[in-house]
Amino acid sequence: MLLPLVILIPLVGAWLPAALSRALGIDPARTAAALVVLALAIVLGQAGAVLDGATFVQSWPWIPALGLNASFRLDGFGLLFALLILVIGLLVVLYARYYLAPEDSQERFYGLLLLFMGAMLGVVLSENLLLLVTFWELTSLSSFLLIGFWRHEAEARRGARLALMITGAGGLALLAGVLLLGHVVGSFELTQVLASGAVVKAHPLYEAILVLVLLGAFTKSAQFPFHFWLPHAMAAPTPVSAYLHSATMVKAGIFLLGRLFPALAGTEVWFFVVSGVGLATQLFASYVALFRHDLKGLLAYSTVSHLGLVTLLFGLGTPLGEIAAVFHIINHAVFKASLFMAAGIIDHETGTRDMRRLSGLARYMPWTAALATIAAGAMAGVPLLNGFLSKEMFFAETFQVQWLGPWYWVLPVAATLAGVFTVAYSTRFVHDVFFGPAPQGLPKTPHEPPRWMKVPVEILVGLCLLVGLTPALTVDPLLRAAAGAVLQGPLPEFSLKLWHGFNLPLLMSVVALAGGTAVYFTRRYHLDLHGYRQRPTDGRRISENAVARAVRGARWLVERVANESLQRYVLLLLVAALALGVAGARGLTLTGTADLTPADGLSVLVTVALVLAALAATVMHAKRLLALVLIGVVGLAVSLAFVRLSAPDLALTQLLVEIVTVLLLLLAMYFMPAETPAEPSRARLARDVLVAVTIGGAVAGLAWALLTRPFDTIAWYYLENAKPEGGGYNVVNVILVDFRGFDTLGEITVLGIAAVGILALLQGLKLDTPPLDWEGRPWATERYPLMLRVLSRPLLPLALLVSAYLFLRGHNAPGGGFIAGLVTGTALLLQYVAQGSAWASARLPWNYTRVIAAGLLVATGTGLASWAFGAPFLTSTFGYVHWPVVGEFELASAMVFDLGIYLAVVGVVMVILSRLGGLSGPTGVVGDREGH
Amino acid sequence: MTHLVILPVLLPLVAGSLLLLATGLGNGARRAIALVATFALLPVALLLLERVADGAHLVYALGDWAPPFGIVLVVDRLAVAMLLLTAVVAAASLVYACSGDDVRGPQYHALFQFQLLGINGAFLTGDLFNLFVFFEVLLIASYALLLHGLGAQRVGAAMHVVVLNLIGSALFLFAVGTLYGVTGTLNLADLARVMPLLDPDLAPLARSGALLLLGVFALKAALLPLGFWLPRAYAAATGATAALFAVLTKVGVYAILRVYPLVFGPAAGEVADVAAAWVLPAALITLAFGALGVLAARTLRASAGWLVVYSVGTLLVAVGLFSEAGYAAAVYYTAHSTLASAALFLLADLIARQRATGGDRLDVVDAMPHATVLGVLFFVAAVTVAGLPPFSGFVGKLMVLEAARVAPGAVTSWSVLLLAALVVIVAVARAGSALFWRTGPATTAAPPLDRRSVGAVAGLLACVVGLVAWGGAATEYAWSTARQLADPAGYVTAVLGTDPHAWEQRRGQR
Amino acid sequence: MEALVAIAIGVLTGAGVFLLLRARTFPVLLGLTLLSYGVNLFLFVSGRLVVASSPLTDQGLEVYPDPIPQALVLTAIVIGFGMTALLVVLALRAIRDTGGDHVDGGER
Repeated sequence: MLLPLVILIPLVGAWLPAALSRALGIDPARTAAALVVLALAIVLGQAGAVLDGATFVQSWPWIPALGLNASFRLDGFGLLFALLILVIGLLVVLYARYYLAPEDSQERFYGLLLLFMGAMLGVVLSENLLLLVTFWELTSLSSFLLIGFWRHEAEARRGARLALMITGAGGLALLAGVLLLGHVVGSFELTQVLASGAVVKAHPLYEAILVLVLLGAFTKSAQFPFHFWLPHAMAAPTPVSAYLHSATMVKAGIFLLGRLFPALAGTEVWFFVVSGVGLATQLFASYVALFRHDLKGLLAYSTVSHLGLVTLLFGLGTPLGEIAAVFHIINHAVFKASLFMAAGIIDHETGTRDMRRLSGLARYMPWTAALATIAAGAMAGVPLLNGFLSKEMFFAETFQVQWLGPWYWVLPVAATLAGVFTVAYSTRFVHDVFFGPAPQGLPKTPHEPPRWMKVPVEILVGLCLLVGLTPALTVDPLLRAAAGAVLQGPLPEFSLKLWHGFNLPLLMSVVALAGGTAVYFTRRYHLDLHGYRQRPTDGRRISENAVARAVRGARWLVERVANESLQRYVLLLLVAALALGVAGARGLTLTGTADLTPADGLSVLVTVALVLAALAATVMHAKRLLALVLIGVVGLAVSLAFVRLSAPDLALTQLLVEIVTVLLLLLAMYFMPAETPAEPSRARLARDVLVAVTIGGAVAGLAWALLTRPFDTIAWYYLENAKPEGGGYNVVNVILVDFRGFDTLGEITVLGIAAVGILALLQGLKLDTPPLDWEGRPWATERYPLMLRVLSRPLLPLALLVSAYLFLRGHNAPGGGFIAGLVTGTALLLQYVAQGSAWASARLPWNYTRVIAAGLLVATGTGLASWAFGAPFLTSTFGYVHWPVVGEFELASAMVFDLGIYLAVVGVVMVILSRLGGLSGPTGVVGDREGH
Repeated sequence: MTHLVILPVLLPLVAGSLLLLATGLGNGARRAIALVATFALLPVALLLLERVADGAHLVYALGDWAPPFGIVLVVDRLAVAMLLLTAVVAAASLVYACSGDDVRGPQYHALFQFQLLGINGAFLTGDLFNLFVFFEVLLIASYALLLHGLGAQRVGAAMHVVVLNLIGSALFLFAVGTLYGVTGTLNLADLARVMPLLDPDLAPLARSGALLLLGVFALKAALLPLGFWLPRAYAAATGATAALFAVLTKVGVYAILRVYPLVFGPAAGEVADVAAAWVLPAALITLAFGALGVLAARTLRASAGWLVVYSVGTLLVAVGLFSEAGYAAAVYYTAHSTLASAALFLLADLIARQRATGGDRLDVVDAMPHATVLGVLFFVAAVTVAGLPPFSGFVGKLMVLEAARVAPGAVTSWSVLLLAALVVIVAVARAGSALFWRTGPATTAAPPLDRRSVGAVAGLLACVVGLVAWGGAATEYAWSTARQLADPAGYVTAVLGTDPHAWEQRRGQR
Repeated sequence: MEALVAIAIGVLTGAGVFLLLRARTFPVLLGLTLLSYGVNLFLFVSGRLVVASSPLTDQGLEVYPDPIPQALVLTAIVIGFGMTALLVVLALRAIRDTGGDHVDGGER
């Protein structure tokens, strides 16, 4: 048989109820039940062997890199839980069929229930700890959906979120703990982990592991102080509560304690932490339970306290204590499930769960009353019922503690006290609801529920009696198998008997029963239960306020730090860059050893001009036109610098780009607000100046440090091979169109995209022309000055000739496609400026987007052509042809590539400037002719 | 030498240019061209994957110029993984866009192709300056895509993104200048070869250049304090665009993974491990602040944007370890977080469309139609981004935790990682219950759910599930990639040949 | 000469940085222009200084400048031009759509 099937059937089958009911109209409950029975059958098929002490382990590698394997394990302990999950699950399926109202979606309910069941089975059948954690988190998620099943109720939503938050946090802690545990053991497989108890307990990380794992277990099992999510989970439909809070969800934490018992238990810290928390939880919860008015509230706290009891038992670390714990797990699951169902029936038939309104129901629903009373008796630990047996074992074990020394009596006394409260609230549950006068003003007149709604309760109560009366014949084998699996060793001698003779445990039981009954029936003298107001603050409110505060805090912080101010972001970026650059340069001697180039007067002059212009532009940036002119001066100076520093192509390009850019900015300024508003505070200015000076200084230093150091470069290769290999004397141009032609391809693509983006931005953009310019003068009314018009027409062919020349010589002298393109572009542009868009568009009827595209395709095509010769993309070739007039002339494939560049550049310049120029022109709205 | 290597660049370039040229075409034809060109990237990536599966490096020397003199494209496991991831996300986002977003402005499909050109180029290139060029291509395309559909929101966001990235580009050039001024070469492999031989007098300058470069990559990756621009920008973009942008931040991460282990790795002598001290702390801050951002978000888009920041933080924690385990975690987590956030952005857009009122605001509005379908999709996406089982987020988180465990400062990293995870779980649960539970009465006249859009989301989520279902294979690939990254010698040899000085003799050979 | 260049680069960058920190789009545009001048010069001189020469190999010069940075800067200038152009139009669009020339939109 395949263990995974047990998990997969409900997990994967979760969608079946909905699917089948939609497709074939099958009742979702039937589908769900069928799936559960199927899974149950598989488990039972193995039960025999497991009860005889066998352990099945099946493993498939899943993510070996993480040690996360799909390995499963069925031993006594797993079997016990699998049976609880499946059997009680089956009963819940049946019960819910009659509980759910017509408006509740049965499809959704059973889908989620199966999902949860699968996750839960996964937890108890995992051999791999990481797999266990995976399913563990899945139970949190699916229970989140189940608790929030009635999504329209705020209570349900809150309860669900709360449960997810607490158990989710625990899950993360557990994950951390498991990772450490696996690291210590060297494997995540339980078989190894359980065998390495000694190693783990001796390891320095033991305490850390213990705390993290326990956080997981305690949050899941609602141990103090994490208990508060559970009562609020009661907003779920009662079948869900009956399932999650009797046999499954909350038992997962307990399961973990038992599962890792051999690996972690038995140390002093284990005893004090685990049994301490367990005891506190048990006392506190059993006391609080007495004061709940809501039936389910009472049961919730009772659950918490019984979980505390089990935790305490595990905490003792003794074999017999562990056996008692396992036994109580079984008993609690059985009686608590039946009690929840009974509460559901009462709610269902009377319309309320408030014990202050309920009373005397025994006369309306005697059968239910009888069942509930028996179950409550089991909860209280009344003899002849299953609860009594495990309670006795518990009392007996409270004496077996080695660490308390003279304080050994604390535990028995506290246990008895808790017992008193337990009996008291059990009595209240029975007496308040079923006895006393007839109830007044209930929403519905109560009566027995439908037959099949009672059946699950009957079965469970039957079990209470059966186990209570004949433990040895019924539960004994299962208990031994489970306890053995927990201990991973031989069990001590013990026998399940009703009568152990007169001994302390019996005395404690008697005290508890008598005391509890007394506390309840004498309540009116010392505590007025019905008048009791629930405390205004509890864990939920605290944690909800915490979350709310966290959200507010997060908003406050995020909206202050990420305040969407570009100036702040720019400052952050600049300062970060400065910090990085400076930090990197630590230990740098500023001046290197290279011999320097002597400066000449002209260079000094140009530099001074550049510096002054730049500073002036900065200081007077508010006077926009002036600033722009100064920027122009700077650009000019830069291109002069390029001339001086032996970069003619750069100088030419810089000059042309400069012209176009300034034109662009002029156009922009024409539409922009005339002047910059007053500067901010002096402090802000000072800060900015400081940043600017520091960064400027740092960059200057960096440049200086570089320039004063010799270095070794691969430049020689280009200088040597430009002509023989690339067919051009102009090394820079050869690099651009050949050695690094790929860069250039990308570069013109950028230009093309920019043009497309600009066209998109200009869609329907119509800016109105300010009547006055920024100096308050009116604009010239005559749009196209005569002189310009006359001059510009002959200029066009001339410019085209020049650019052709520049283009052709580019490979061997300064020039090339890009520069030629800019020249053509500006010339064409002149036509627009001089003649007006309308005139020009009529005579230059191209769609410039297509010109750009053509350019890109020509360039790419040239590159692709080389494939035909089995050479890589962009491989160039060249040869010489004899032209009649020109004479010997070189043709390089790179020149075709350059032609592509030329086209793209012309297109871009035209798009950008002509369109922009047209903004306010008579052509009006822009972008019309550019295709979408 | 196989031309396959350059196809991921050429396909979008040609397709994009054609789309620009064919201004006459109708929408149907444009969509067809775009879809063909985009889906064609999938088989290409898969073929490349098969070629590098054995750990080989494919080197493509453009213009047949021998490295380090010409530009080379290099394909290794990491590059292929990114190419494949991009292809998948692009396909989904394009399908989604074809349901109507693409006609809200001109030339959407051309821009989309150019965006892919830039991204793929950045993944493939083995040359520092060429990396700059492709960064610019992908950036300017992203500006145009971000602005697609216009409106004050997008224009405002774009203004920030453009200015910041222009500064970033200047920073990139300072870095390139410094590194070239020190080493005299631009080819990454050659830089890796030169670094150890560097004159100690030049080392500080090299470090300075390396860290400036880190600043650029951090800005692209949205590493705080440089990443504040991201949430607003991604929230402003159309759903499909935002989904594609999920890849963009990963380009920054990729660049770090590509350059630092190779060029400034342990073997780099005076410049060794220059980035190590910086990435991890910044990543932890990003992680924590991103989680807070998710908690603070008022709309699903905003929370998706902050989730990107959060995941980048987690991712760079792994990268910042600069260890083999860290690289492995980073590779897996990259795939996971990209797919997940892309799905979430599409989903946010779908939900905003479905809700008659309130868009994607996280508060009470009329119940949305088709809540079941959207609810299931959202649940899967939310569980994934929250790092909960059973989806890829959990595996990714495990790998990061495991990698961080063996590194110094493990306690800090673990605390931040786990606490931030909890914050995100809470935030996402709140978002989900606000969107799907806390609803008013159902509105009438629900727009029908567009099948293709849902298909796109479902497809992405299917990949997320696949990352877990075939988790063994996925993590194994991540680990082999990590081994390749941790041992750059293979890369250098593949590009420059076995004899480190062979190029000295390459004079005039061709 | 080196000192002059270093100073020029420093001043251009510093001036650009200051303008980048302004609140209006126009000064920011100027700032980016200045910054790009600065960075282009920097990238250019990363090949060190060679005066009164040229990268033309048919001139029989005995010393050549490093051609690579020249090519890089050329590419950078062109790309920078495209970027600036886009930003200019974006700024105009922002005035129309956000109602002001503040970098954060509107008038602030």
